[in-house]
Amino acid sequence: MTDNVKKHETPLLDELLKGPWPSFVKEFKTLQDKKAVANDLLGQLEYSYKTKLGYWKHGGIVGVMGYGGGVIGRYSSLAEMFPAVKHFHTIRVNQPAGWFYTSKALRTLCDIWEKRGSGITNMHGSTGDIVFLGTNTEELEPIFEELTKEGFDLGGSGSNLRTPSCCNGQARCEWACYDTMGLCYDLTQTFQDELHRPQFPYKFKIKMAGCPNDCVASIARSDLSIIGTWRDNIQMDQSAVLKYASDGLDIQKIVVMNCPTKCLDWNGKELKIDNSNCVKCMHCINVMPKALAPGKDRGATVLLGSKAPIIEGAMLSSVLIPFIKLEPPFKELKDVIGRIWEPWAEHGKNRERIGEFIERVGKGNFLEEVGIDPVPEMVKHPRENPYIFYDEYLEDE
Amino acid sequence: MSDELKINVEGVGELAVDEDGFIEDPGKWSEAVAKHLAGTEGVTELSEDHWKLVNYLRNYYMEFNIAPMIRKLCKETGFNLKKVYELFPSGPAKGACKVAGLPKPTGCV
Ligand code: HEM
Ligand code: HEM
Ligand code: SF4
Ligand code: SF4
Repeated sequence: MTDNVKKHETPLLDELLKGPWPSFVKEFKTLQDKKAVANDLLGQLEYSYKTKLGYWKHGGIVGVMGYGGGVIGRYSSLAEMFPAVKHFHTIRVNQPAGWFYTSKALRTLCDIWEKRGSGITNMHGSTGDIVFLGTNTEELEPIFEELTKEGFDLGGSGSNLRTPSCCNGQARCEWACYDTMGLCYDLTQTFQDELHRPQFPYKFKIKMAGCPNDCVASIARSDLSIIGTWRDNIQMDQSAVLKYASDGLDIQKIVVMNCPTKCLDWNGKELKIDNSNCVKCMHCINVMPKALAPGKDRGATVLLGSKAPIIEGAMLSSVLIPFIKLEPPFKELKDVIGRIWEPWAEHGKNRERIGEFIERVGKGNFLEEVGIDPVPEMVKHPRENPYIFYDEYLEDE
Repeated sequence: MSDELKINVEGVGELAVDEDGFIEDPGKWSEAVAKHLAGTEGVTELSEDHWKLVNYLRNYYMEFNIAPMIRKLCKETGFNLKKVYELFPSGPAKGACKVAGLPKPTGCV
């Protein structure tokens, strides 16, 4: 920052420095002397607090050659007061699967961003991407060139496939029922065109969790949620169960009573599981990780349709395929993905998420288009209204 | 406001554009304007295929007051997405719609 530019006073924002929690104000202030953009960002936010109005314009269209997504264009409407944030574009950078970096890779990213942008990052955004906050239109091509030279690429934005993201699965977690990172990388490579060149009615997110704990919250945050599961019996070590009991764990109260389908039985000496009624909620395994583990016949459940509320309310994903084996090259899964995109891309309305589309056309019609037979696992909740007539009834008459 | 941006098109004069370079008044569009805007999107020469796409967009916009969805565009022009990006490397929304003088497509994140 040049000397003749004054540091903005921020008495209201400074309130956010009080208290024991982390504060973005503190982080921005570490850059305030170095970066005019950080100073003006604080200035504009303070001004917003004073007037209780927002001053960011929505809906810029900027990007790099060859791609239709990856950059979110934003402009300040107070450019005269805060010239350094006149442009404040966000760049999404495709994160490595499972968010593993070498420190060298992190330094490379930060060096590029400090040179060509605000230096402010969000690791990571809700899409999973590395988020670079705040740069000018002129810097976009140079940033893209420097990132790709180092082996990075932009992520998705707009009406395209968003950057697929996954839990760190088998890299760190013994509960992973498939190789989430392997699948995430593979899907990212397979669907490069869908990722960079918007061609859908609206965004499409894929998130992969290795087990039903769903550490990436795929069931609530992705149109396509791929959640690891098993179809044989929970693996159990009775002696380790007894050890938990002798160490003071109240198995009856903490484990058995909290099983959602009441399929556990504990007599003080032995734990029994009625596996046919287990819904794989992970509760017993989470409480006794040394004694219990997911079964050996592992794969995933594929669910469809979740989204956050914008126009319609929030939705959770619901079952499309109860169990699928996931081994490279993941042919069956990719085939299904192509088939679910087809009717939605063809008949979806502008800005209609796939979950909303299925609600509108009806799940039956959707399944017919996709060529998947309905199964009981797809039922979201039992029927409540007896005055429903099924197709067969009507045909009989 | 400081963001009253203008472009100067030969034979046409000054035209107001927004900060992303889209012309503010779609009624002021002409072929000369299209040629000028193409230059800002990395297109040096407008071929017959470029015009086919541009004219399709303009006609669609005049009829429906909105830009077509991308799938429709591909189907009706016979260009696949790859071809569209070959013609307009900055893409159908930022490139082709801008050159066709359509208002900026609604921003999406
Ligand atoms: C008083 C002001 C602010 C408040 C109270 C606030 C609050 C929040 C909250 C609660 C989240 C969600 C965190 C999470 O669930 O992980 C969030 C995310 C975020 N914030 Fe802020 N924020 C503020 C200012 C800012 C500013 C000034 C910027 C940018 C310059 C910013 C950029 C972001 C980004 C990029 C995310 C991540 C969004 C995502 O992951 O979906 N925030 N903020
Ligand atoms: C009416 C105003 C706005 C609405 C309704 C809105 C809505 C949204 C939504 C729905 C997302 C999530 C998109 C996704 O799933 O990819 C998002 C992300 C984002 N928005 Fe906004 N937004 C608004 C204004 C702004 C403004 C003024 C800025 C910046 C100056 C901004 C910066 C961002 C950024 C950086 C993200 C990406 C966060 C991430 O990927 O972690 N938005 N916004
Ligand atoms: S979702 Fe399951 S497999 Fe993935 S990290 Fe979490 S607990 Fe482990
Ligand atoms: S995983 Fe959940 S449903 Fe299955 S036995 Fe354990 S607690 Fe019960």
